[in-house]
Amino acid sequence: MSITLRNVRKDYDAQTEVLKDISVKVETGEFFVIVGPSGCGKSTLLRMIAGLTPITAGEVSIDNTVVNDLPPKARKLTMVFQNYALFPFMNVWDNVAFGLKARKMDQADIKQRVDEALKMVNLTELAKRKPRELSGGQRQRVALARAVASDAKICLMDEPLSNLDAQLRIKMRQEIYALQRKLGLTLIYVTHDQVEAMTMADHIMVLNDQHVQQIGTPSEIYQNPANEFVAKFFGTPQINILNATRSKTDNHVLDVDSDLEIALDEEVPAENVKIGIRPDDMKVEATESVEANATIKNTGFLGDETIIYATLNSGEDIHVVVPGQVNYRIFQPIKVTADSNLMFFDKDGKRMNLSKEAYVHA
Amino acid sequence: MLKSPTQSRPRTPLSVQKTKSKIEEQEAKFTLNAKDKYFAWAFLGPSLLILGVFIFYPMVRTLYLSLFLTNTVGKTTVFVGLSNYISLLTSADYLSSLGVTLFYVFAVTIITISLGLVLANLASKRLPGIGLFRTLFSATMGVSVSVAAIFWLFIFNPSTGFLSLISTFLHLPQIPWLTDPTAAMWAVIITTVWMNLGFTFLILLGAMTSVPTTLYEAANIEGASSRFQFFHITIPSISPTLFFVSIITLIESFKSFGLIDLMTKGGPTNATNMLVYRIYKDAFYSGNFAQASAESIILTVIIALFTLLQFKVLEKRVNY
Repeated sequence: MSITLRNVRKDYDAQTEVLKDISVKVETGEFFVIVGPSGCGKSTLLRMIAGLTPITAGEVSIDNTVVNDLPPKARKLTMVFQNYALFPFMNVWDNVAFGLKARKMDQADIKQRVDEALKMVNLTELAKRKPRELSGGQRQRVALARAVASDAKICLMDEPLSNLDAQLRIKMRQEIYALQRKLGLTLIYVTHDQVEAMTMADHIMVLNDQHVQQIGTPSEIYQNPANEFVAKFFGTPQINILNATRSKTDNHVLDVDSDLEIALDEEVPAENVKIGIRPDDMKVEATESVEANATIKNTGFLGDETIIYATLNSGEDIHVVVPGQVNYRIFQPIKVTADSNLMFFDKDGKRMNLSKEAYVHA
Repeated sequence: MLKSPTQSRPRTPLSVQKTKSKIEEQEAKFTLNAKDKYFAWAFLGPSLLILGVFIFYPMVRTLYLSLFLTNTVGKTTVFVGLSNYISLLTSADYLSSLGVTLFYVFAVTIITISLGLVLANLASKRLPGIGLFRTLFSATMGVSVSVAAIFWLFIFNPSTGFLSLISTFLHLPQIPWLTDPTAAMWAVIITTVWMNLGFTFLILLGAMTSVPTTLYEAANIEGASSRFQFFHITIPSISPTLFFVSIITLIESFKSFGLIDLMTKGGPTNATNMLVYRIYKDAFYSGNFAQASAESIILTVIIALFTLLQFKVLEKRVNY
């Protein structure tokens, strides 16, 4: 089942607009992730799709039927909540059976469905336990089983893994992904974690500041971000953003400062430009010569790579990821260069499509 | 999540046993030196004194008196063993009082809890202006027994009362509220329910509003009707509180005295002669202190039994 949002808007009152003009189509069987910082309205958007929060304007349709005025239960979907919304007074089995009982399904059917769902999430042995006797991961699985037991083909998940520890999160991520693929669910998944978004999504929608920033596949979003916000939101460590001005002597050249300039093979169209360089697209070499354009501030060894924190002569802080282990001392002068994958943003953070034949040199 | 005295029930028996043995170990090692003992008694003293004078002594004294015959000033005369109890439990008059009390107690408890649930459920909805209704529904908490009794006496008044005016207006037969035995019982029940409702409502409302909204949202998405949600989410979620208010209401109605005294004085023809009111009359009107003492002891035992029964029965149905 596909879901289409057309110019959806949400205001809480005349002053507070939460979401503006959201349009997107989620295809059948797609793993669709809505990602954005806290308070960007992503959970509100999900609740609007579920029918728990009314829509101010626009249209939500499921399989080309407008569902704006349908109550949640008529939308044929399931939802997994951040706190799992398990009934504390029912055991695991009854929790999973709740919706089926509420819809007065046949007893034998209920038993078959619930047993199957519990088996699918490996909870068969714990069927008689109460939620308080389960670990966080197990509770999460009960919530998943509830979604599985319902025959709805659309599943909404609101930050389902944010209450789990890092190890478990990675494991559950894989389980959710496997489940979605196995059942062919159309899954809309809300998270603030860019790693979750990147690793699971077929398509990602980046929300910020009430607006859709970008919709695309993980690799599109990472390699071709629509704006500075998206570029900064994805990738750890964060992308380096350097403020540059058009050179007074050569309008093909951007100056970060006198020691660092970028030559383009086209004219620089604006006075001020921001340059985005991913930390692993930069190169660092130690030098005692006048070519040095930065000094080491700190280094962090991560095992297979090292993060170098440095300060450019212009005063801007950058970080560079280099493979293996490198030994630099603090305040050591270095030369930083980059010659590929540079991104340019205008002063408002919008992406500028400038020629790729750019390089940074000292 | 819910605040009620039943919360302290052990959650997992296994871990409780473990900690228990630990506590016992600690207790075994825990001895007081002389100075600590002095302080311990200094802190315990005042409350022990007050409890002793006002609770323990009267209790023991009541038990003692119930085994004797007494003269009109309450001095014991002859030891009669359990014969006070035997004569009470074989007296038709006393047994009718007991029956009347039980009817009253159950009617009050059931009606109060049901109405409280309905009102709390209505007021737990997030609607504009709901605060006004929450205040109104709980307002009777601030009304004293005497004020309520007088207020309701006016309403039940056969010639000028509000109820009689309504009956006249609707051409319904007049009900002699306080002079007919059955009607008088219901008049007392209505007034008691009205008095209790504020407290019950407020406690139940508190419990209902603390049920996480995501439970209802999940149920909405799963397709549960609001009726299904009430019986399968709300009631189990507030069951500890429900348990608590039902015990409180039951015990309080067994002890009803003020309303009876002000509204019916046990009448008409003993139709509302509840146990506590009877104790009062036997002791201070008839001067039969021994019999009143025996009645008190019986009442205490009855309340204790009901409380115990309620714990046993409801425990199984109370979640958490």
